[in-house]
Amino acid sequence: MQKYETVIGLEIHAELCTESKLFCHCAYTFGAAANDCTCPICLGMPGTLPVINKNAVAFAVRAGLAMDCDITSYSKFDRKNYFYPDLPKNYQISQYDLPLCQNGQVTFDFNGERRTVALRRIHLEEDTGKSVHAEVTGDATRSFMDFNRAGVPLLEIVSEPEIHSPEEAIAYCRAVKEILEYIGVSDCNMEEGSLRCEPNLSLRPMGSQQLGTRTEIKNKNSFQELLDAMQYEVQRQARILDEGGEVIQETLLFDASTGKTAAMRGKEEADDYRYFPEPDLVHVQINADWLTEIQPTLPELPAARRERFIADYSISAENAEFLTATRHLADFFDEAVQCGSEPTACANWIMGDVSRLLNAAEMDIQDAKVTPAHLSELIQLINDATISGKIAKSVLDDAFETGKMPKDIVKEKGLSQITDTSEIEAIVLQVVEAHPGPAQDYRDGKKKAIGFLVGQVMRATRGKANPQLVNQILTRVLSEE
Amino acid sequence: MPHYELTAHALHEKLKARDITAVELTESVYSRVAAVEPHVKGYLTLTRERALQQASAADAGFQKGDEMPSLAGIPIAIKDVICTKGVRTTCASKILSNFVPPYDATVMEKLHQQGIVMLGKTNMDEFAMGSSTENSAYQVTHNPWALETIPGGSSGGSAAVVAADAAVCSLGSDTGGSIRQPAALCGVVGMKPTYGRVSRYGLIAFASSLDQIGPFSKDVTDCALLLNAICGRDAMDSTSVDVPVPDFTKSLINDVKGLKIGVPKEYFAQGLEAEVSDTVHAAIAVLESLGASVEEISLPHTEYAIATYYIIAPAEASANLARYDGVRYGYRTENPSDLLTMYKKTRSEGFGQEVKRRIMLGTFALSAGYQDAYYKKAQKARTLIKSDFDAAFQEVDVIATPTSPTPAFKIGERTADPLQMYLSDVMTTPASHAGLPGISIPCGFVKRGLPVGLQLLAAPFAEERLLRVAYTFEQNTEHHRQKPNLRVEL
Ligand SMILES: [Zn+2]
Repeated sequence: MQKYETVIGLEIHAELCTESKLFCHCAYTFGAAANDCTCPICLGMPGTLPVINKNAVAFAVRAGLAMDCDITSYSKFDRKNYFYPDLPKNYQISQYDLPLCQNGQVTFDFNGERRTVALRRIHLEEDTGKSVHAEVTGDATRSFMDFNRAGVPLLEIVSEPEIHSPEEAIAYCRAVKEILEYIGVSDCNMEEGSLRCEPNLSLRPMGSQQLGTRTEIKNKNSFQELLDAMQYEVQRQARILDEGGEVIQETLLFDASTGKTAAMRGKEEADDYRYFPEPDLVHVQINADWLTEIQPTLPELPAARRERFIADYSISAENAEFLTATRHLADFFDEAVQCGSEPTACANWIMGDVSRLLNAAEMDIQDAKVTPAHLSELIQLINDATISGKIAKSVLDDAFETGKMPKDIVKEKGLSQITDTSEIEAIVLQVVEAHPGPAQDYRDGKKKAIGFLVGQVMRATRGKANPQLVNQILTRVLSEE
Repeated sequence: MPHYELTAHALHEKLKARDITAVELTESVYSRVAAVEPHVKGYLTLTRERALQQASAADAGFQKGDEMPSLAGIPIAIKDVICTKGVRTTCASKILSNFVPPYDATVMEKLHQQGIVMLGKTNMDEFAMGSSTENSAYQVTHNPWALETIPGGSSGGSAAVVAADAAVCSLGSDTGGSIRQPAALCGVVGMKPTYGRVSRYGLIAFASSLDQIGPFSKDVTDCALLLNAICGRDAMDSTSVDVPVPDFTKSLINDVKGLKIGVPKEYFAQGLEAEVSDTVHAAIAVLESLGASVEEISLPHTEYAIATYYIIAPAEASANLARYDGVRYGYRTENPSDLLTMYKKTRSEGFGQEVKRRIMLGTFALSAGYQDAYYKKAQKARTLIKSDFDAAFQEVDVIATPTSPTPAFKIGERTADPLQMYLSDVMTTPASHAGLPGISIPCGFVKRGLPVGLQLLAAPFAEERLLRVAYTFEQNTEHHRQKPNLRVEL
């Protein structure tokens, strides 16, 4: 039996993809030239004032509703005071005691079980800029500041500490990411920093109810790094406790290159943020009418969608998981099925060749030229025996490249199957004559030899002959002689 | 009478009649500035070249016979806490010594729409923290009525230049009395509008929940004209309130019959100079003689106003002033060895003593373990002070009090004793807490020749009532016509 129980809570920060920042009209574009996405307000210039972006509040409310939260009817913003160069005003406008959303939950499957993690709160705050140091600039004498991200709306989603392994924490984070993507409030791109998962982790003796001292881990750019960091931290804390030591409450940085966590330096961990109500903003009042307006605009959430795929389309749980990994993928599948294709065939194509092509092109499905209509038409062409499955693969490759419809590709390239028996028979006779050895082998009882002959016929027809017909005719011709 | 002595409304008639051009007027005011500034020292920056361009533009309009706004071509001074595009805005602080805003405050945009002539930026207590304008990092402004005395503060420069006829009118800002108190001490009209009446966008924040921009003028009519120009909801300031802006000149009615004036007994308690008390009582008697009824009222939580103010304002200021760190703009210490040193030295060198004192007070009041005892308790007191006024305005239309417990005091007299200095705001901070509109008008003089101000307060957004009472008083008295006898060589 395990000696310690792991207890993990998560703070997830997700950048909202609103058109403008939380308190000004600047639009934020990832990768823009430094400080191009700024104005006097998000730079915290003297005399400027914030004005709340209603859309950002709407996005937060969407997230709250999608995660079963109570939406606070009377909410407010507060100043969180600390000095850091990436924070233009040296206070962050955040929410302290009246967050927009409270008491939610996120449900997900983990190790074949249904898990529900309670959320403490979801609140809205402004993002900070970033420092650019010598590693980037090559200038060790000074640092530069890029405030493009300063003021971008951030959602902070705080879970209760009721996750019990690093793997489960990852499953939870994936579930949150999926929901945020599904409801269209964040693109959740970890590499670009629009999704940041910060676990707090502690160990306690098995059976104990009391929480141990926790550490927080920052600086992870992928789920793999997050997992590595938590696994390392579990071991580190276990080792300390085994040796009778005490875990120190601190914030740790994970270094992906060494695979270790280390106490954070530089950014002073202020214990006292001196929160107080932001006097430059008025209270946020959310009336019930607005909520009833927003509620129906929420799409079907991933968990519900998975269940529907399983129930209505007879898709396996594993495949349903794959197909709902992103909203766009699930939409693609749904639409292809609605175009009249058989769900299992659709699923197999999406999970097989479509994914292969997407991966090779490092592309997301919503950016591909192939649409559900393409896939549906392709499957139709196979079903009505216009093309073989093998030809279909090349047609898909072509459609992926050009965006042309499968029927047009088949027509242009003359890829229709040869179903004319006399035409096939003529070719079969030629092949048998050209390869007397294998033909004789077949007649001598080496039935496997037919494979070679089929291959030769297909080759001669450039794959267009209907394979079943080729088989039938070959068998007949060989046995007749 | 030289042009520079006239009011905006009188000058508007002359400009309209082409008796004078805006350029001539501007030159006239600048000549007065040149004569009195060596003594008064009310300006931090003069923008003569720009002003003459603005004056020419106004003249072009008058020449064409266009219907010109009331403030077109009128030379106006702006407190250096209000951001002016392309013109250095320092808050009288070393830390913003090189700060040139790339944007105008909303009030500046509104004034420029009127076609005003901006004379320059006026001196103040650093970041509006003070009651005497002695906390400026640059210079001490002198009260034109007695050069050895202070002009009040924090908008001391804006009050002094109007009193000295070195500006026709001006804008200041009032957080705990920073318009009303210097107006009283300099013998001019000064109004703090209702919190939310005027946009704070571009007003460099001291205490966000209290700050409000307002006018200084030579009479109540000009005050109304300036209010017309600057009031109104602004999408850039969510705390500005969407209430209709009336034509304030419509309230300039010489009649207070039937009006109920409340005189709070707490304002006539210890610390009030006897001569000031007498002068204010005499002024109230004038209003009574004109048909107003006067009754004594009680605002029982008045005594907590100063303590409450000196917790809430510094608390907000401690956050508002955190941005002056040398990273993005303003002063930065030379060659700091690391980030923390840069922060510490920039702020130690850039801020004056009073600003540092208040940042520390505010930081303390918000700190964990003290926030309940100080900041939160102060918020409760603020609510009580506000409810005092709510109750009072059920009974009376206007409240009349002295604006300041004393007339102008000597330069240096209170600098060593911050608490004594803070008591200068005892009459003005209560209305600030409640967000009320308040006006100070000249109501007489003490024997040593210093002006005394009468403060009138009304319910939120009842500026019209204040203007009416102030106008009636003005029409029936001569105090506002008195000019300081500045011994200057012209
Ligand atoms: Zn901006």
